Amino acid sequence: MQIDWLAFSPGPAFFGGILLGIAAALYVILHGRILGISGIVSGLLSPKGGDIDWRFSLVLGLLSAPLIGALFFGLQTTTVIDADWIVIIVAGVLVGFGANYGSGCTSGHGVCGLSRLSPRSLVATISFMGAGFLTVFVIRHVLGL
Amino acid sequence: MRKHFNLFSQYLIGVLFGLGLIISGMSNPQKILSFLDLAGNWDPSLMFVMGGAILVGLGGFYLASKRTEAFFGGALHIPTRRDISKPLVIGSLIFGAGWGIAGFCPGPAIVALGAGHLKALVFVLAMLAGMALCNRFFTGHKKSA
Repeated sequence: MQIDWLAFSPGPAFFGGILLGIAAALYVILHGRILGISGIVSGLLSPKGGDIDWRFSLVLGLLSAPLIGALFFGLQTTTVIDADWIVIIVAGVLVGFGANYGSGCTSGHGVCGLSRLSPRSLVATISFMGAGFLTVFVIRHVLGL
Repeated sequence: MRKHFNLFSQYLIGVLFGLGLIISGMSNPQKILSFLDLAGNWDPSLMFVMGGAILVGLGGFYLASKRTEAFFGGALHIPTRRDISKPLVIGSLIFGAGWGIAGFCPGPAIVALGAGHLKALVFVLAMLAGMALCNRFFTGHKKSA
């Protein structure tokens, strides 16, 4: 293991993380819900009465964050996507299926679940982190792609 | 009026969460993959994102645990399950594999879509398909974050 000191950005990472924590805390206190993006999005697929507008509002907030960041805070959204189209599609299906089947993603289990000391979320986070580490290892160092 | 205020609050929390993802670097798949690449040129920044988020989240969820209802009214929708189930682990492993393939999880993918990346749009559509697939064939395993 060698650390990529050029890319390493503990300051912005920590500050951004604090904002994520504030959003999750506000969400549970004001609205009484877990700020789990996969759960909120997947609920849009099977709308029940009165259960769709708030989900849509939150997703709209995520969608408009880059524009608001640029307009009000001069913030540049850096997004480098190297993956091919087919790889993107396969990854997307796995992420969507897995997040639903496993009852949560990085936000629901990783941020909120660990913050409320949930044993289920700890197991989920260890599982998806481990699978992520292993997948990148196989792709980059075994297959050499 | 109250309903609109409630929806606007959800929107703002979505914006805040999105800004946190942008500032922390999580909306950049390249940065996620560098974190997941332990055997390569490793970028530990994501640990600081999780650290910051959980630091604040611990306080937020502690405060929420003292409440009987949400600040804007209504019950607290906090998951109560504690069992470590097969779907929890298998779903999380599948989710982690997809995360490791493209470097996208649900929140950052939606933010990147908002920033105008076509590949993020394809990823989100594939993710919705994966969620629909899970809902269609494995209902009963999902629910809650």
